[in-house]
Amino acid sequence: MKLTFIDWTIMVIYFVFVLGIGFALKRYMKTSTDFFLSGRSIPAWITGLAFISANLGAQEVIGMGASGAKYGIATSHFYWIGAIPAMAFIGVFMMPFYYGSRARSVPEYLKLRFDEKTRGFNAISFAVMTVLSSGISLYAMGLLLETLLGWDFSFSILIAALIVLIYVFLGGLTSAIYNEVLQFFLIVFGFAPLVFLGLRDVGGWSGLQARLATVATSNGFGAGAWSESWKYMGSPSSNPMGVEWFGLAMGLGFVLSFGYWCTDFLVVQRAMAAKSMSAARRTPLIAAIPKMLFPFLVILPGMIAIALTYKSGGSGFSLPKKLDGTFEYNMAIPMMLGHYFPSGMLGVGLTALMASFMSGMAGNVTAFNTVWTYDIYQSYIKRGASDQHYLWMGRMATVFGIVISVAAAYVTTRFNNIMDMLQLVFAFVNAPLLATFLLGMFWKRTSGHGAFIGLISGTIGAAIHQGLTLPAGAHAGIKGGWFGVVHSYPSELAQAFWTAIVAWSACFLITILVSLVTKPRAEGELSGLVYSLTERAKEDDVPWYQRPAILAVIILIAAVILNIIFW
Amino acid sequence: MRLDIRLPIGLMFTVLGALLVVVGLLGGKSFVEQSQGTNVNLWWGIVMLVFGVVMFLLGRRGTSSARLAEETPEGRKIEELERAAGLEK
Repeated sequence: MKLTFIDWTIMVIYFVFVLGIGFALKRYMKTSTDFFLSGRSIPAWITGLAFISANLGAQEVIGMGASGAKYGIATSHFYWIGAIPAMAFIGVFMMPFYYGSRARSVPEYLKLRFDEKTRGFNAISFAVMTVLSSGISLYAMGLLLETLLGWDFSFSILIAALIVLIYVFLGGLTSAIYNEVLQFFLIVFGFAPLVFLGLRDVGGWSGLQARLATVATSNGFGAGAWSESWKYMGSPSSNPMGVEWFGLAMGLGFVLSFGYWCTDFLVVQRAMAAKSMSAARRTPLIAAIPKMLFPFLVILPGMIAIALTYKSGGSGFSLPKKLDGTFEYNMAIPMMLGHYFPSGMLGVGLTALMASFMSGMAGNVTAFNTVWTYDIYQSYIKRGASDQHYLWMGRMATVFGIVISVAAAYVTTRFNNIMDMLQLVFAFVNAPLLATFLLGMFWKRTSGHGAFIGLISGTIGAAIHQGLTLPAGAHAGIKGGWFGVVHSYPSELAQAFWTAIVAWSACFLITILVSLVTKPRAEGELSGLVYSLTERAKEDDVPWYQRPAILAVIILIAAVILNIIFW
Repeated sequence: MRLDIRLPIGLMFTVLGALLVVVGLLGGKSFVEQSQGTNVNLWWGIVMLVFGVVMFLLGRRGTSSARLAEETPEGRKIEELERAAGLEK
């Protein structure tokens, strides 16, 4: 793919604006509350768009396009059941405790609700996890730009890291949020014409369906396996994802999705920056609207790419193959950009792609510097210093967080397996968290010991489950089966979903059992932290379109309709 | 004086949209052929330009912006809590 002067100009213009926002916001960073929480002053539509944009990292745009090619429309499960219900839930039921407790981070909520050790465990694992995942996404970006444009790996990751460093260092969370909104619009405007041009090339939705039937039958599935999302979920062998509806609904739709959207500080931090309780509650609900439509922007191009590969269209697009004969799924969206876009629009599309990497990274960095400063530094290293000191520490944490990310990106190039293993460990640590939060927020009896032991048990449960099972065709090792193989799953996804289900159940049960035999906190201390001990927010003077419950119902109905249309 | 987020967004899309329109008008045949007969630069450039101008005009109201913690009730509460809990001096 060749870039011209015009494309370069577009990229430079974007970088100028991104950095400009950072410089413009510098003088608004007077206190640590400005830097880590944007002074709790941001309107709901901005935090809402930032809420999904922070999640729009590498795995989203490139990964969902790749999954669209690999699994077809069934990838929409990651949105219509894997995100929307969880976003509605956090807005209506959980945000009152996050925002109303005035916790400054998710680990701090755990401290207020439970105890120091539960917070410590969560804060430290989260901090390590976020810097490393930002490193992994840097690595993915460097690799992509190297293959696509022939850019030097070091050059692209250092430039991206430096730009994120500058704007977060100067403007803190506000700068990250402003840029996330900018990136959101750029991604929408950069990819929308691709969908239009691609769809026209395959002959519209009906043409796409007909071509995808060829894809499905030549892979040994029923004709609609790529274009119908639920019909083939009855058994794992009849759909390309290799999962069945129960594992999908419980593992992805409940444990993984609620676990991510309702407890991950990366996204929750955006809502915490909102200017009022009502704005915080509306944040995930506003985010759900574009989120619901994102499959058309990121999954459709992948589906079009695979359809054209099997049965060529007017323009002769086809996906490249790797050396081992499998498709380069990750190249689906980038190759489509290069194929359909002339200079000019190509610059916008590629800049959007880079923007998605940068917004994901900035999200990780801001979550990291906040958890580091509030939950680790202020709690265990230096308490009671001046506000300016913590503001300075936040800036320092931004610098060393990014330095570690870059180092992690280089480590990944040499030792891919180490990163795979770390990600697996993180998955074990993350999976049970949801049970802890649900019990903590909705059962006042839950005790600190219960929460802590439950979390550890869930993590161990996940590791044992993974150690006893293996996806079909894999060998014992990083994919599981360390203790011997008791059960074999049809696919890695199925195994991941069930690992999550096991972790959640173990944590849920053990937390309840331990809580029943240990002393709960006094009820007076739990006001604002637990559902039954917190006053409901009054909504009489709020117009209907700003009431969380009504918005949530509308969003859920829309998600159900989308599921039915593409059933 | 605050920075309304719609100002930089509006400005950037105005500049990018205008640039695409120019490329679309001067780009010539090969550009149009690549996107199979649609002058995507011209048409999408116009859309981006209109979006940019609208955002910029709305942004001049200055209502959609972050404010200092000391100016907002929620921000002040956080600062008070930090001091009361002995987290900060």
